Amino acid sequence: MCSILATYFVLLTVAVSAGEPNGPGGQLDVEKIVEKAYYMAYYQGDDGRARVTMTITDKQGNKRTRQFVILRKDLKDGGDQMYFVYFQRPSEVRRMAYLVHKHVDRDDDRWLYMPALDLERRIAAGDKRTSFVGSDFLYEDVSGRSLREDIHELGEPNDSFYIIKNTPKEPQQVEFSYYLVWIDKNSFVPVKMQYYDKAGRLYRVIEALKIETIQDFPTVVRSVARDLKTGSQTEMEFSDIRYNIGLSEEVFTNRSFSRTPREVLQ
Amino acid sequence: MRLQTCLLMVFVLLGLAGHAMGDQGWQDEAEVHGFLEQRAGSRTVDDPYQEGLSIMETRFQLDGSYAPDWGQLRLKADTLIDGVEGTGRCLLRELNLQLSPLSQVDIKVGRQALTWGTGDLLFINDMFPKDWVSFFIGRDLEYLKAPSDAIKINSFLGRWNLTLVYTPQFDPDMYIDGSRISYWNGYLGRIAGKDAIIKADRPDKWFSDDEWAVRFAGRVGRYDLALYGYWGYWKSPGGIDPTTGMATFPRLDVYGASIEGPFAKGLGNIELGWYRSVHDLDGYDPTVNNSELRYLVGYRQEIWRDLNAGMQYYIEQILDYDGYMAGVPSEMARDRIRQVLTANISSLWMNQNLVCSFFLYYSPSDEDAYLRPNIRLKASDHMTFDLGANIFTGPQRHTFFGQFRYDTNIYAGLRLSF
Repeated sequence: MCSILATYFVLLTVAVSAGEPNGPGGQLDVEKIVEKAYYMAYYQGDDGRARVTMTITDKQGNKRTRQFVILRKDLKDGGDQMYFVYFQRPSEVRRMAYLVHKHVDRDDDRWLYMPALDLERRIAAGDKRTSFVGSDFLYEDVSGRSLREDIHELGEPNDSFYIIKNTPKEPQQVEFSYYLVWIDKNSFVPVKMQYYDKAGRLYRVIEALKIETIQDFPTVVRSVARDLKTGSQTEMEFSDIRYNIGLSEEVFTNRSFSRTPREVLQ
Repeated sequence: MRLQTCLLMVFVLLGLAGHAMGDQGWQDEAEVHGFLEQRAGSRTVDDPYQEGLSIMETRFQLDGSYAPDWGQLRLKADTLIDGVEGTGRCLLRELNLQLSPLSQVDIKVGRQALTWGTGDLLFINDMFPKDWVSFFIGRDLEYLKAPSDAIKINSFLGRWNLTLVYTPQFDPDMYIDGSRISYWNGYLGRIAGKDAIIKADRPDKWFSDDEWAVRFAGRVGRYDLALYGYWGYWKSPGGIDPTTGMATFPRLDVYGASIEGPFAKGLGNIELGWYRSVHDLDGYDPTVNNSELRYLVGYRQEIWRDLNAGMQYYIEQILDYDGYMAGVPSEMARDRIRQVLTANISSLWMNQNLVCSFFLYYSPSDEDAYLRPNIRLKASDHMTFDLGANIFTGPQRHTFFGQFRYDTNIYAGLRLSF
């Protein structure tokens, strides 16, 4: 059961409006671009809240739903973060909660709460390329893959997007040989990712389907992950999104397991 | 609980559900869920003292909560039709009110599940009631925790918190008394079951036969630390009244500590507890359990994607062993040190919808073992199948797991949740 919840995330807060887009002459160093996109995708605002609904559809058309509320607080932009995830559906996992203290320089600290047993349990650090709650999104898709793990190259020129090729520095650690990311030149929001297997075949795609501006932050409110090998896909929708709500650090302690934070319920 | 009370609760919950559906304001604050479950199981060996069926029951659970601004009210009740015992009953699992009277203090009053400590299906400082019968006959793991009628006061100060639990009337474990699970009866010198159901004299005076439990917990660096205290009674019978022959729950104090945090590639934990048997401090009273030291060391990690494993080494050391030996026949005496090793593995398949797990208790000192294999299939968001077994083995009839040799069972369950 623990590993269903293999994680936390964030994607939610994808976002944002960058103050200055391209530099003079439109020349931006590739590292600057990916850094900016990473910041936009995972660190918008000082904190955030969203309700996430995942619909997993397998090859046969069977659907499953996961719904949870996620709270995020950045301790430092581009640095450590804290997450609280509160499950609402399916009813089997209702009120289960997940607390993550994400660290940039070491393994994350994670705790899981199982309400039926009033059991609060620390969880061992896990493989970040594990499915998140049985969906086609991986833990790493939602928590952010560290920029230090890949070599970044600027791909073919395009009027609207920076196309970045990312090649893992430690290929034996991952199931892909490389992946391409399309980053919007204006907003720096990553809008599409394509993963290629060891034989060079495209096998996995993540796409932003809808972007809305919320409190001035461009935010991906609907996205889809498709596994071309299994024929399964997961649509993820964000609703009730709010940024900069002034979440205190106390929300990200075990107190929230026994007393559900107000910010989750409303 | 009386059937009328039961029905009343069901109506209250359905009323809440109706409101929730009809009124947007309530919808955010009130919710009702639950499940309908059928479980069936059978012993794999003939037990002369029990039914062949180990479990055969239909359970309907309603779980409602109401969370306005000022607090949270929660009610969780099971209606159970038990084919083995031939009874129908209503079981109140939770009925509690949670408030935060001060910004740093949460209070929860009423019937509730309580847990703490670092062990995985081993408990040292968790002195809250367990339902061992449910655990052994193959009910959902949720039922290992018996509810407590208590008040819990939780105070928070940054990374530290102090929790105090007061139980005004002693809540014992649902211990093995022979009614569903056969056990070693030392007085009869054989395994016994329904023919010799243990009669116990439970301390039950409100506000005097009470229990106090306290935990002071916090974090230092990456490690979770805790100190524990408990003042109450042995939770399962820990003595006998020589005049009546009734089992007793002698006084018990427990003092303990635990630490848990990253170790090697996974997580490590250490927990210990001193069981101070207040009415037999020198250990020479054969009618009261001796004091003990209990220790636990555990390690768990993710071995591979969706594959987790853990191991624990657990020791119960009888203090004042000479006193203990003076009071029991030597061939049936426990070793001074009882050791238990646990190993567990859990793997996820089919997009994490199939969970295969295995939990093993093995005691090198008693040479006995208890295995808990289980397969769980989440067929849809609303339907779950369960298949599992409880296997007890050991050459001797009086050892901890060996005594349950006739209780080995397999079970299956189907749960529809909403």
